Amino acid sequence: MAVRVQSDSFDPGAELTAFAHGRRDAGAVVTFSGLVRDTAARDLEAMEIEHYPAMTERAIAGIEAEAVARWSLTDSLVIHRHGRLAPGEIIMMVATAAPHRADAFAAAEFLMDYLKSRAPFWKKEITRAGESWVAAKDEDEQALDRWRDGA
Amino acid sequence: MTVDVLYFAWVRERIGLPKEKVETDAPTVAVLVEELKAREDRYAAAFADLSALRVAVDQELTDFDAPLDGVREVAFFPPMTGG
Repeated sequence: MAVRVQSDSFDPGAELTAFAHGRRDAGAVVTFSGLVRDTAARDLEAMEIEHYPAMTERAIAGIEAEAVARWSLTDSLVIHRHGRLAPGEIIMMVATAAPHRADAFAAAEFLMDYLKSRAPFWKKEITRAGESWVAAKDEDEQALDRWRDGA
Repeated sequence: MTVDVLYFAWVRERIGLPKEKVETDAPTVAVLVEELKAREDRYAAAFADLSALRVAVDQELTDFDAPLDGVREVAFFPPMTGG
């Protein structure tokens, strides 16, 4: 289990290679990479990601510990950036390793769902028209429901 | 007691500062919020709709009924948008 919160960019391919390297106990590695998406009007100049430094790594580590408790995981990795990012830049990455793929896929989805709504990050879109904080979506909160009550 | 109060995202912008020390005897987060709202309009505006806010006490997400006894840090922010 590892968590990295950083402003620097990273290479998701290199991260995958390093994460998968030398494993004999994992038959499956799943990764998800999140990128800065342009607005519908295609006028995004930058996305600013604010976070709560004292809480961020602890909150993510707690989510990872929950994933490890629920699925048979060999390892997991979360990298999440903060600061000012351009459209198309990588924001974050999740990787899971498990003996079998079902656990690796499910744990990666679980990590993503919880990172969306429970890790202390806030996104602001800066466009030619102005700045606005990205609102949390109801469906992101609803996405957590499927993991509750042993679902 | 003295508590570090932190604000993030639009809460920080509306109140106009990221962090301040607050002297309070509030027993819960909700009472602390009432004390802050009574200070100035910018606080009243930021805390007008608590359903639009989340709170963490000593870096753990909690709710507005949470006790403040022995707490060092309280943070207010909108729903998170990570990932």
